[in-house]
Amino acid sequence: MSIRTFSVWRGDKNGGRFVEYQVEVEEGMVVLDAIHQIQRTQAHDLACRWNCKAAKCGSCSAEVNGRPRLMCKTRLDALPVGEMVRIQPLQTFPIIRDLVTDVSWNYQVNKKIPPFAPRPDASWVMLQQDVNRAQEFRKCIECFLCQNVCHVLREHERKSEFFGPRFFVRIASLQMHPMDSLDRLPLLKNEAGLGLCNITKCCTEVCPEDIHITDNAIIPLKERVVDRYYDPIQILLRKIKGEKASHAGGK
Amino acid sequence: MAQTGSVLERNGLGVTARRDAWWLQPLLVFLGLTAFGVYAMWAAWQGNNYLYQAHGAYYLSPFYSPDLHVLFGIQLPFSFAFLILWIPLGFRATCYYYRKAYYRSYFLDPPACAVGEPKGRCYRGERAFPFILQNFHRYFFYLATLLLLSLWYDAVRSFFFRDPAGQLHFGVGVGSLVLLFNVLTLSAFTLGCNSLRHLVGGRLDCFSCSAAARTRHKLWSGVSLLNLKHAPWAWISLFAVGFADLYVRLCAMGVWHDVRIF
Amino acid sequence: MNEKYETHEHDVIVIGAGGAGLRAAIECSALGAKTALICKSLLGKAHTVMAEGGVAAALAHVDAQDSWRTHFQDTLFGGKYLNNWRMAELHAREAPERVRELERWGAVFDRTPDGKILQRAFGGHTYRRLAHVGDRTGLELIRTLQDKGVHQGIDVFMECTITKLLKDGERVCGAFGYWRETGRFVVYKAKAVVLATGGIGKCYKITSNSWESTGDGHALGYEAGAELVDMEFVQFHPTGMVWPPGVMGLLVTEAVRGEGGILRNNQGERFMEKYDPKRMDLSTRDVVARAIYTEVKEGRGSPHGGCFLDISHRKAPYIRQKLPSMYHQFKELADVDITKEPMEVGPTSHYTMGGIKVDADTGASTVPGLYAAGECTGGVNGANRLGGNSLSDLLVFGRRAGAGAAEYANRAAPPRIDQTQVENAAGEMIGFFDRPGAADPYKLHVDLQNTMQNLAGIFREEKDLTMAVARLEDLQRRAAHVGVVEGQRMYNPGWHLCRDLHNMLICSQAIVRAALLRKESRGAHSRLDFPKYDEYWGEHNIVIKKEPDGMKVQARPVVKVAELIPLVDEKKAKETK
Repeated sequence: MSIRTFSVWRGDKNGGRFVEYQVEVEEGMVVLDAIHQIQRTQAHDLACRWNCKAAKCGSCSAEVNGRPRLMCKTRLDALPVGEMVRIQPLQTFPIIRDLVTDVSWNYQVNKKIPPFAPRPDASWVMLQQDVNRAQEFRKCIECFLCQNVCHVLREHERKSEFFGPRFFVRIASLQMHPMDSLDRLPLLKNEAGLGLCNITKCCTEVCPEDIHITDNAIIPLKERVVDRYYDPIQILLRKIKGEKASHAGGK
Repeated sequence: MAQTGSVLERNGLGVTARRDAWWLQPLLVFLGLTAFGVYAMWAAWQGNNYLYQAHGAYYLSPFYSPDLHVLFGIQLPFSFAFLILWIPLGFRATCYYYRKAYYRSYFLDPPACAVGEPKGRCYRGERAFPFILQNFHRYFFYLATLLLLSLWYDAVRSFFFRDPAGQLHFGVGVGSLVLLFNVLTLSAFTLGCNSLRHLVGGRLDCFSCSAAARTRHKLWSGVSLLNLKHAPWAWISLFAVGFADLYVRLCAMGVWHDVRIF
Repeated sequence: MNEKYETHEHDVIVIGAGGAGLRAAIECSALGAKTALICKSLLGKAHTVMAEGGVAAALAHVDAQDSWRTHFQDTLFGGKYLNNWRMAELHAREAPERVRELERWGAVFDRTPDGKILQRAFGGHTYRRLAHVGDRTGLELIRTLQDKGVHQGIDVFMECTITKLLKDGERVCGAFGYWRETGRFVVYKAKAVVLATGGIGKCYKITSNSWESTGDGHALGYEAGAELVDMEFVQFHPTGMVWPPGVMGLLVTEAVRGEGGILRNNQGERFMEKYDPKRMDLSTRDVVARAIYTEVKEGRGSPHGGCFLDISHRKAPYIRQKLPSMYHQFKELADVDITKEPMEVGPTSHYTMGGIKVDADTGASTVPGLYAAGECTGGVNGANRLGGNSLSDLLVFGRRAGAGAAEYANRAAPPRIDQTQVENAAGEMIGFFDRPGAADPYKLHVDLQNTMQNLAGIFREEKDLTMAVARLEDLQRRAAHVGVVEGQRMYNPGWHLCRDLHNMLICSQAIVRAALLRKESRGAHSRLDFPKYDEYWGEHNIVIKKEPDGMKVQARPVVKVAELIPLVDEKKAKETK
């Protein structure tokens, strides 16, 4: 057992500071264990969210040594030995207190996405290969690390015109569902602000569920938007084939 | 003991709590792309030494393929490589991987994940000119595929050597292998294209609903497999194409002597 | 009238937003009731996400012989015939439709080769019955319900803890709580209340449960006068992680065994041969948990005090596809590659079969206007729950409780809030700030967990349980002195814990007292001093109710259904053969 120093941001929307704590570290410990120990023994009121402690609920998101991580999944032995461990809240969302931020914006965005609407003639016969893509997207645990790291939200603060990677993944899961009947491409192009994404892939880098957010969700959606709005040949083909095919690339 | 400092001081280039060498990757990408760009400009500018024909060999630099002189017999006041190179340049510039690479390393938008950007810029993403043009990536893909066919022709051609009697014989020179390597990596890069992945099957919502869809699912799976390693192929093929030009050029200049293996 | 505190008025409020709460709220609002959904965490983080293996439903997609009757029989056999038969019947009959409904709402289950919902084998189920999505079925379920719910116009109140049910005479008329974020108080007026708060895992030291599982619904219901049933039955999941220390108790899904995982001791023996040669590794959870415990106690355990669970004989890509989160969990948290090496596992407190006693058809508790669903109820699972039955339970009875509450609200008079009750509830919460030299709630929690773990765990006996009763009384006294040591009302977990302890103490007392009364071993309740089944207790449940003079514990005959007797007799005959 050894002692390590943790520097944890304490404060609220009016400001705060990093406070150092010494924690007894045992083998296999994760950052969240250390936070719990601090809570139990040194700072009863240290605010942090957590639930499952198994990387399945996505509650304990924070920035550990500047990197957006789930605290329950970040092993101490994977961090540089002998250095202080610095923990701060997600930077993209308003601070509530200590490591807790106000992520309610995400829930508002989710409400704007038209939900699953099965085709009236849906047979519900789907092969595994038909659902693999949607299943990958549905692994999302809504930790909002991708939203936090995305520079469109983090640096450019475009919350009013950009849904963020989490919700592109959600839209992709609906759009590629074999039984869904809705067309969400106009939403993607306009309100969701897909064009603001410049595919710099930080969302994919931080995803604790290893969802290939950029390659499997965002880029395929961008290509569908191209089909609909930018590709002259596709547009012409649709004109020739008539109105019915106008949903190509969407539904 | 406690330190002070607000968390929310996130604006400004390079402002981050990260302690690793986050700047290393964008720097390497910057150096790599710049070095290649400078070399490619120089090589295209030359307008000569792109074809090596000594000892019966026929090695054509990929920067000059197809050989417009031979095809059309035209003479231009500038190197005809410029008539060709805009295609691979456009293909790579609009490629989803390269976009990430240069947005990060050239535009610092962002320089790295969770690292601050220069202050006070107006960000418009890919919704406005010029980056809205990225949406035409698939057209560059179509054109790049044509060039790829030409490069395959060159690669195959490089395995045939003309004897003094004017007869073609199969043979293998180091240059043949260089050109083959070049076209193989370019194929792996081109056929892993995200636009191709979409067109070939990604645009379908159901992969099992018709015989055509099932076939397209197989194609999509194949492209997906290449696409997983799109970034490494992007770099390997970039190196390969630069090296192929250099090899042919050095041979043609007589600086380097091609070795006939077989 | 009550504008001192933020006040909301609804037809129905649902407390708890796990699967049961969400399903109840969806049903309520679909029936036209103005519905509020209140949860302690963010929406979608509830413990349901930890349900990994699947949802049990006799769809008969993989094994065509399966039917609701077999599912009913399996459930009763697993519950050692203490189940509420009517609940078990409804559960088995309606689960398939609830699963299909989930698919129509957008859930994407794993598929059979002919494109139907795939089902896997699980402990105690005669046929392959669990519809699943890899090993993250609970997440799929909660996300599907969440999206269905928010688009249906349910009002969601996140990070809000309810501390008291408000009553208007006999009936329930609302709830009092606080916002975790600000610490401000809030009053909900409602014609009906649905409790769906989940389990009590945090009473134990080694548990697969999150901080939320503090038995809130059990305690809220109990204090409002509702009866609790089967509280002695706490399920220890046989396979929790035992190493590293930080993740001790973390669930290792039964799907590992469903996919062919084998349990071994340090001699390399398949010890389940000794304990249940017929079902082996896929025996019911009570049996497997006791087996592992016994092996460890007799010196045949693994290095970190568990046993070995090995799936490495299956092909690596298959394991990664069917058990992806287990693969990552062990890889990242324990440095173990489960495609190559065995896991180390041991029992962990996982689920409580006991809870609020409800009417099978409507989810109504014994208090007018109070409904309950999911883990915080008792009845469907009897003495031991089969894996996969919790997700089907919460779908079936979440829907029924939602419908029951909506129907009640439809004909109920408008609620009247009694200001004194509100002020008392507020006073209790404020009181924690008002204790100079307050006792440390964290310390008390650790003591409680140790007491329950050591004295009311997998194996129990008279002297331990008697000691536990005394210790709990002592803890109860100490709990009157816990208070906030530092911080204010804004997002202060120390303050929250002070109140949660109250609920955990009620649940712990109920568990221990019921366990003391049941002088036999049955299902999840194993008495070293009474190791056999007892005929009387095989026909009786234990019911707990709050009386003016304290907790009243009594035996009551099992609720049977005459038409189902042949089915039950058939199963009994088959199993004794």
